[in-house]
Amino acid sequence: MIRALLIAATRFVVGGQGIWIGTAPSERQRIYFANHGSHLDTILLWAALPAHLRATTHPVAAADYWGKGAIRRYIATKVLNAVLLDRTAGRKTPGGPLAPLNEVLARGESLIIFPEGTRAFERLPGPFKPGLHHLAEAHPQAELVPVYLDNLSRAFPKGALVPVPIACVARFGAPLAFDPDESKAAFLERARAAVVALA
Amino acid sequence: MTVAGIVLEQRMVFLFGGVAGLLILASLIGFVLARSVKSEAGRDTVRNLNARIKAWWAMVAVFALAFAFGMGVTLVLFALVSFYCLREFISLTPTRPSDHRALAFAFYVFLPLQYWLIWTQWLTMLTIAIPVYAFLLLPVLAVAKGETHEFLLRTAKIQWGLMLTVFCISHAPALLILNIPDYRNVYLLFFLITVVQLSDVFQYVFGKLFGRHKIAPAVSPSKTVEGLIGGGLAATAVGAGLWWITPFTPLEAAGMAAAIVIAGFLGGLVLSAVKRSLGAKDWGTMIEGHGGALDRMDSVSFAAPLFFHLVNYFFTV
Repeated sequence: MIRALLIAATRFVVGGQGIWIGTAPSERQRIYFANHGSHLDTILLWAALPAHLRATTHPVAAADYWGKGAIRRYIATKVLNAVLLDRTAGRKTPGGPLAPLNEVLARGESLIIFPEGTRAFERLPGPFKPGLHHLAEAHPQAELVPVYLDNLSRAFPKGALVPVPIACVARFGAPLAFDPDESKAAFLERARAAVVALA
Repeated sequence: MTVAGIVLEQRMVFLFGGVAGLLILASLIGFVLARSVKSEAGRDTVRNLNARIKAWWAMVAVFALAFAFGMGVTLVLFALVSFYCLREFISLTPTRPSDHRALAFAFYVFLPLQYWLIWTQWLTMLTIAIPVYAFLLLPVLAVAKGETHEFLLRTAKIQWGLMLTVFCISHAPALLILNIPDYRNVYLLFFLITVVQLSDVFQYVFGKLFGRHKIAPAVSPSKTVEGLIGGGLAATAVGAGLWWITPFTPLEAAGMAAAIVIAGFLGGLVLSAVKRSLGAKDWGTMIEGHGGALDRMDSVSFAAPLFFHLVNYFFTV
C-alpha cells in the first residue's frame, strides 16, 4: 500500500521511466551503479525496475540520512528494502563498512549503489569511491550494470526542501566486464565512463 | 430544472453524441486502413492516425467528465493539463539546480493560484498574477542563490514556460466565468476546443492530401499552404455551423472560429520553433502518438487568451 503510493507519487512528480539501452531486465544477480544527484535517486532507480525484481534488489542508502527519524527509516528499510550503509564507520568495524552489502550479495540478491558516495551538483558524476571495486572483486558472478539518472539533480538538488516536477529517466547500459588484472583506478574510471556514456 | 435547462442538457447530449459518432467513424476508418495499407510510409501515417484517434477518445472522455461535473472538476482537469505541460516544458529546458526555488514557486504556488483565482472569479487578478507578480518574484527567488551564469536566459525560460502553460491555457476554463446573460458558458469551451482540435486535424489531412508548398520548412516541415487554407477553411466552416451553441450569429461564429484557427496555427508554429531550439522533436511521451501533452495544447495556448478576450470585449455585460 505505502509502496504503491510512494511509487505513484514519484511517477506523478518526476516520472522516472526506465529505459533499457544496453541490457534487458533480468533475474540474474546484478550490481546496478549510478550517478548520484539527489535523495530521490534511491526511490527512482528502484521504482524504474519491473515490480518482480524489486523484491530482491536492495538500494544502498546512507545511514546518516535514511536511518534518521522513524519515517525515513521505515521507508528505507521496510518499503525500499534498502541496506543502510554507515559512511562514517572505519575499518575497525568487523568486516568493514561494506559488510552489510557483502551479506546481500552472498545471499545471491542484487544491489543498487551510488559509487560517488555523495550527491553531486553537476550533470556528470564525479570520481568513484573504491567500494564498487571491492564488491566486484568479491562477487564476480554479479553483473555490473551502469545506470544514468537524468535530471534528478535539477528536480531535487542538494539542500532543497521539496522536489519540483521535472521528468526524469533511468537509462540502463550494457553490463561491464570485470578484469582481475586491471588496476583499481583503471576499473573505477572505466565504470565512471560507462555511466557518463549514458548521459 | 427549467424547460430551457432541459433543452440545454439535450443539446449537450446531442453534441457529445455527434462527437462520439465522428470518433467511431474515424476509428472504423483507421481499423480498415490498418488492414489495407501495405506500403511502409503509408503504415506509419496510419499508425500515427490511429494513435491520434485513441488519444482523442481519452480527451473526449475527460471533457465529458468535466462538462458533467461542472466548474470545479473542469478547473482541476485543466490545472492537471497545465501541470503536465509545464513539467514537459521545464524538463526540456536546461535549468540549473540554483533555479530550484523559482521552479518550486512556479509549480506549487503560481499554478494552483491561477486556477484558484478563476474559481473565485477574480478577473483582474487572474490577468496580472503571472505577468506581473510572478514576473517580479521569480527572478528575486533565483537571484538569492547568487549564481549569475546565464541568469537572464534562465529567468526568461521559467517565466515563458509559466506564461504559456499556466497563464495561457488557463484562459480556456476561464471562459466559464465570463458574464453572458442567459447563456451556459460551458458551450464556449466546447466551441474553442472543438475548433482548435479540428483545425489541427484538418490541416494535417489537407496537408497530407494536397500539401505542396511548405510554409516554414526549417521550423515545422509538416505545415503547408494547402493544409493551412484547406484545413483552416474547413474548421472555420464547422465553427460557423456550431453558431447555435454560442452567443454569436453564424457570421460572428465564423469570425471567431477563423481567429481561433489563425491563433492556433501561429501557436503551433512558434512552439515548434521553441521545441527545435531546445533540440527536441516532440515535447514528451505522455499521450501516445501525440508526442507530449504540449504538442496537443500548443494551439490552445495561443487561441485561448485571444478567444477569451474577444468574447469578453464584445459579448459580456
